[in-house]
Amino acid sequence: MTQHGPLADAGLVQLLTPAGERVDHPDYSPRAAGLDGPALRAMYRDMVLVRAFDNEATSLQRQGELGLWAQCLGQEAAQIGSAHALATQDYVFPSYREHGVLLARGMDMARVLRLFRGVDHGGWDPADYNTQLYTLVIGSHALHATGYAMGVQRDGLVGTGDPARDTAVVAYFGDGATAQGDTNEALVFAAVNNAPVVFFCQNNQWAISEPTTHQARVTLAERGPGFGIPSVRVDGNDVIASYAVMDEALERARTGGGPTFIEAFTYRMGAHTTSDDPTKYRSAAEEEYWRQRDPIERLRLHLHASGELDEAQSAEIEAQATELAERVRHATKALGRPETGSMFEHVYASENGLVAAESAWFTEYEDSFLPAGGAR
Amino acid sequence: MSVERLTVAKAINTGLRRALEADPKVVLMGEDIGKLGGVFRVTDGLQKDFGADRVVDSPLAESGIVGTAIGMALRGYRPVCEIQFDGFVFPAFDQITTQLAKMHYRSSGALTVPVVIRIPYGGGIGAVEHHSESPEALFAHTAGLRVVSPSSPQDAYTMIQAAITSPDPVIFLEPKGRYWEKGDVDLTAGPDDGAIAGLGLARTLRTGTDVTIAAYGPTVATALKVAETAAGEGTSVEVIDLRSVSPLDFATVTASVRRTGRLVVVHEAPTYFGAGAELAARVTEECFYSLEAPVLRVGGFHTPYPVAKLEHDYLPSLDRVLDAVDRTLDY
Repeated sequence: MTQHGPLADAGLVQLLTPAGERVDHPDYSPRAAGLDGPALRAMYRDMVLVRAFDNEATSLQRQGELGLWAQCLGQEAAQIGSAHALATQDYVFPSYREHGVLLARGMDMARVLRLFRGVDHGGWDPADYNTQLYTLVIGSHALHATGYAMGVQRDGLVGTGDPARDTAVVAYFGDGATAQGDTNEALVFAAVNNAPVVFFCQNNQWAISEPTTHQARVTLAERGPGFGIPSVRVDGNDVIASYAVMDEALERARTGGGPTFIEAFTYRMGAHTTSDDPTKYRSAAEEEYWRQRDPIERLRLHLHASGELDEAQSAEIEAQATELAERVRHATKALGRPETGSMFEHVYASENGLVAAESAWFTEYEDSFLPAGGAR
Repeated sequence: MSVERLTVAKAINTGLRRALEADPKVVLMGEDIGKLGGVFRVTDGLQKDFGADRVVDSPLAESGIVGTAIGMALRGYRPVCEIQFDGFVFPAFDQITTQLAKMHYRSSGALTVPVVIRIPYGGGIGAVEHHSESPEALFAHTAGLRVVSPSSPQDAYTMIQAAITSPDPVIFLEPKGRYWEKGDVDLTAGPDDGAIAGLGLARTLRTGTDVTIAAYGPTVATALKVAETAAGEGTSVEVIDLRSVSPLDFATVTASVRRTGRLVVVHEAPTYFGAGAELAARVTEECFYSLEAPVLRVGGFHTPYPVAKLEHDYLPSLDRVLDAVDRTLDY
């Protein structure tokens, strides 16, 4: 579409065309060589599952069961492809749209909706998935990922040569975040410390209503070299290429080669959130252009053509997707209002008299409305 | 007991050394804290003895320092950040208030971020703009943070160690105008089982019967001089070192005010929306029938910190505090 600037789609690393045909790349084809039929089918399954989850969450919001929802529609390949390259011990710092990454990390997806239903600010124990909670302040977690990676260095878990121990850290963020000071400071700290961290930027072309041209004059990938960080620009709707570039970046991090900046060029097919109205700022023609480049359809075409996805397998995956959506729906609707007193919990990890006193006062106040002798 | 006569700065340095020795997860981070030992030399010699991985000269980016400290804390480390001057903490304000303070709450207790942020604060050193401020109220207003300030070498030594053992983030405000004042420090006093709770407790430094003065950090010495001067004039002043701005130890203050009936709160920060305002409200709520006079505050004005040649008119001086004591006695 565009030849220059941050929306240029020329020169992307690509291993699978929109028509579902495999193409070779001298650097990255070898990294995808291990992706056999079952591996690609697993990626396809995860993409179908996360889309079903995403659509279900959108429905739940429309039905008043969620306060808000941020769809990942259209970004499934960038997320699933990159996340399939992760090792268990790697640690992920997501933004708030990385539902595909979470699914690939083995997340109980109903947990993700707790935040959006308003019953939790988080939803899971990060230690259970080696995946930090969603961060809503744009770019803040790029620094947390970098600091975490500096901790990994001090733990001696970089360059040991043991693939079960060497650890990489990943920060996922979007095009809007590249304008934030914290993201840029993270690149500085990661570079000077040679930290084992991968900056995975999904350029979905829209920061709410602002196109990426409002964040940069050049491609986002061009940011990396200025910090001394190698970068690569990949077709983010190509799950195989997303896997391959991430595999390279993770290997660099784990072996002591330091940070990498990945720009995955993709498209936010949905709204920013359910509160947004993209018809105010972008054209139906643009949306249709990207619908024709759907990341899931691309892989489906390839699997069909290569005989790796028959009718029975396809039906099985669809059944799993339906089951996931139903399970998430039931689990979410079963989430009641948290106990009022819980708002006073975990403000501090140590005793705090002020919070304790306010909590006690509020309990007494609430109890004053009970009939004499009544129980709460 | 091993007692040495140390400055506040050397006491903090010694406390940091003890913490680095006691826990290999303690890491110091900040600008110029390595070879130089910090612009106030508080970390002098620590990089030489503990290495550049544990005493880290950071890039010149405060948000980056605190943000990466959060990440290191999530990995199990106990970072101690130095912000070079009070007025330079604001680039990190977002990380401190939206991330550091809320991580434990956000995770329903699953995560702790034991980060200490040391900030030389306060005025009186003839500095240029941004080098003399007292931003404690901004941090005390944020749930999830502890905000403390030592007033003596002994407290500097023990409180920095207690802060580092705290599972909660601590804003550790060092009264830079008192860095070079000396006092006896019992070096055998380290963090014990009650150290974290103790970090939030006030201490009565001088008992009296007519007026209570509550102060913290750099104004404690002023309060003690006021008490001495007032005693010569026949007024008995009780002096409380609050030590902690969040939490504030209301119990110690209200117990005192119930006896004296009068309270003057002294801090360098502007009185408007300051710690003194909170104390005045609390004391009014809890000790209304014991009060003989309104609670008075002595502190900075609602102006930016003034130029150095005027700062002694801005700061709560001996005379202005004595004036407040006199006014509270006039009711």
